[in-house]
Amino acid sequence: MACHCNEFSRAHLLREAAAQAGNGLPAIEPGMPVPAGTGLNRRSFLLRSAGAVLAVYGAGRLGVDELSAGIARAQGAEERVLVSVFLEGGADALSVLSPVTNATYKSLRPNLALGEGEGVEFRDDANWHWHPSAAPLDSLHRAGKVSLFPAIGYTDPDQSHFTSRHYWEVGALDPRGRTGWMGRLLDVIGSDDNPLQGLALDGWLSPGLATSSKPVAAIDGTTYDLWAPGVWGDVEALMHDAIGAVGAGHAASQDSGRRRAGTVAAQSARLREQLASFGELEVPASYPDHPFGQELAGLAAMLAVGLPIRCAAVNAAGGYDTHDSQESSFGDDLGTTSQALAAFQADLEARGLADRVVTFVWSEFGRRPEENGSSGTDHGAAGTGLLIGTQVVDQVVGDFADLANLDGDDNLRHTSDFRAVYSSLVEQWFDVDGADVIPDSAQFTHPTLIG
Amino acid sequence: MPVYRGRFGVRQAERLLWRAGFGPRPGQARSLARRGLRHAVYSLTRPHGKARLNGPRPTDGDGNPIAPYDAWGHDVLWWLDRMVRSSQPGLERMALVWHDWFATGDVGSQRFSVNQAKLFRLRGLGSFERLLLDVTTDPAMLIWLSGIYNSKWSPNENYGRELMELFTLGASDDSDYPYSEDDVREQARALTGWRADWRDDVGYTNFRFDRSYHDAATKSIFGRSGNFDWRDSCKLCIKHGAHAPYFVERLWKHFIAEPPDARTKAALIARYRASGHQVRPVVEAILMHPALYEGPSLVKPPIVLIAGLLRARGRGVDTDAWSWVSDLAGMRLFRPPNVSGWDEDHWLDTSTFRGRWVAAGYVTRDEEIATDGYPADEGPREAVNKALHYWAEPSISALTRDELEAFARAVEDAATADWQQGSYRALRQNALRTLIATSPDLQAC
Repeated sequence: MACHCNEFSRAHLLREAAAQAGNGLPAIEPGMPVPAGTGLNRRSFLLRSAGAVLAVYGAGRLGVDELSAGIARAQGAEERVLVSVFLEGGADALSVLSPVTNATYKSLRPNLALGEGEGVEFRDDANWHWHPSAAPLDSLHRAGKVSLFPAIGYTDPDQSHFTSRHYWEVGALDPRGRTGWMGRLLDVIGSDDNPLQGLALDGWLSPGLATSSKPVAAIDGTTYDLWAPGVWGDVEALMHDAIGAVGAGHAASQDSGRRRAGTVAAQSARLREQLASFGELEVPASYPDHPFGQELAGLAAMLAVGLPIRCAAVNAAGGYDTHDSQESSFGDDLGTTSQALAAFQADLEARGLADRVVTFVWSEFGRRPEENGSSGTDHGAAGTGLLIGTQVVDQVVGDFADLANLDGDDNLRHTSDFRAVYSSLVEQWFDVDGADVIPDSAQFTHPTLIG
Repeated sequence: MPVYRGRFGVRQAERLLWRAGFGPRPGQARSLARRGLRHAVYSLTRPHGKARLNGPRPTDGDGNPIAPYDAWGHDVLWWLDRMVRSSQPGLERMALVWHDWFATGDVGSQRFSVNQAKLFRLRGLGSFERLLLDVTTDPAMLIWLSGIYNSKWSPNENYGRELMELFTLGASDDSDYPYSEDDVREQARALTGWRADWRDDVGYTNFRFDRSYHDAATKSIFGRSGNFDWRDSCKLCIKHGAHAPYFVERLWKHFIAEPPDARTKAALIARYRASGHQVRPVVEAILMHPALYEGPSLVKPPIVLIAGLLRARGRGVDTDAWSWVSDLAGMRLFRPPNVSGWDEDHWLDTSTFRGRWVAAGYVTRDEEIATDGYPADEGPREAVNKALHYWAEPSISALTRDELEAFARAVEDAATADWQQGSYRALRQNALRTLIATSPDLQAC
């Protein structure tokens, strides 16, 4: 019931063009890390080749025409792509893959434990079962397309949603980090005029994509109108011009509040003007009918027409902050997410794109092994990570979590570190020195993830 | 404590009404200015007696009375109506501040949500400790942050953590200040004991403290030990050295765009502590501070703008569209984006601008001017004045006035045929209303 910590509780469906400028993370309170990318300049323009409104961040002085030209120039290069999928709220690793025969597990989870006859046997070890709703992930695993991180995390785990997510986004245990780890990668491999190289699929800039110098973007919806009662024809056209003129005047204001309002009004007028009618994207039936599925379908379609995307970020279906009545939402959310990931992989393969795309699935932490009294679980430490793709080494990285050896907070100890995984991806997928992107890269052994 | 000594005229009164209320009713800024700064502030922060509700009663789109507890979205209408009609807008605005602060979302019962808003109104300007104690045991909060699932046999840390991280102290740092993970666990234990029953016909009911569910053993919180209960849990947070700085800074941000200077912050902290953690003296100091009147404008929260447009028109809540229109604009009451509330630094983008545009249309749409018989000789300046009058004479910048008059002239230039002279001027008046309501001048004050 109380899915309180989740951005998804925002009524997305009512917002035709959801967008929160530069705030991939929630409001900042004193002491809370400032989300990476906060304060990046945001501008919107219509990406005609995709029929979508783009919000562009960090484009400096470049105008819309230059950005369009930059995208066109980079188009069709068939570069490698990384997709980051975030399970928001802290997904329970012990429910994604459960040690069904383990007596400690059964005693820690009297209400939530998966029965020995339930779920889907993990291919490599019958003592572990996938959650029944994760069957599509089992299929991907059996097809040899998954590197599994059964207990991924970091030392001294922080149990605040906001702080822990921040660490993962910036790729370092640094509360003051202001650039995302993919953003820093794009600062190395990206171009100055192609905002699509780092693309958030669900409306706002993902902090992980925040760059220091290169432009990145968020898909910001597909319709935009400004209609006023009792106004039409010539007068309506002049009114639309006037929105832009009033806005542009204030965009240079000395007053920060009016400057912001003026800038946004001018952007809005321009967006409306640029709007042309585009056919709706046809989503193949294999994707679940959920925004997450539609976003992945849209990404596959954009890659198929050669749009120059290098890193994409998207929130998975649902919310995973399951303090109570965990099973009322967890199965549905994980099921939708798993189906969409499998459909995306199949779509990429059918389109001949699969060899240049890998997908990394993560959450800010896992949950406490011992369930609480509300048939839920509190914030924990190590969680589940998945790397999916045809080029991915079929393996389990790090041991499964040991329920007999919990940390001082009674949480799972991690057996792989997200910074090691990021380092491997940077080096093996993008051919960049891990230390150029991940500050603590040298501390870790970098697992071989790409075959 | 610095106090604003400059002129307190219509503009300053207008700003005060937008920051601490929901904008002026027609003529209200002028009458408030005559009272001077101090009494103007007191009129908002020290209301007498019971609030009166001025203006038409709220209805849904079909003219029926609203059903705040039962009909979907009517919780929003209920509160928006209070914002529009209450004779005590300062209290109503404080309630909105606390709604953002204790950001409680959908708990499956509009009754609990609405009752929590009433609590915010009742306690909004009194003791923060009293407010915190009441919020801690408020049914909506007990559901939202799992208080009713927190028992001695199985502590649930949800409330204990957010009580410190979001409500009283701020996030913990590397050196476990202001609190450690152990404090989270011990707070959870101290907070145990609250229960409710679930009945299929009414949902959660019979919220109560049950001693047998409470962990009565010794706990250690912030280095102190004792047989702490939920009251101690709250009081220990309030007494914590990190609380007052967190409190005044966060409260300030609701009223003033730029952070307080060090001297002001120290003075606010001292005042808050000296008052025994009272909200009113801190709010009054903020509302009289020079930074409010001399500093930059502050972007209005979307629901504040909507209420203010309705107030300017003397119009009530007469459509259930407000629940989704306010959502488009980025602020659907009772549905904060997450447990830390709305992000006041990012109210405006192209998406929420469109929401504000739609909102303006919902205020004006039943009052469209017909094209038949509209005066064909109305000039540009006259047209702009008339549209400003429609919105009860808001202050606008010279820049905006110039651009609106330029638009008004362009319409006249476009009206080439005789039949267009009157009708284009009617359309122009409709357009000017929306252009003013969505102008930068009205988005930030």
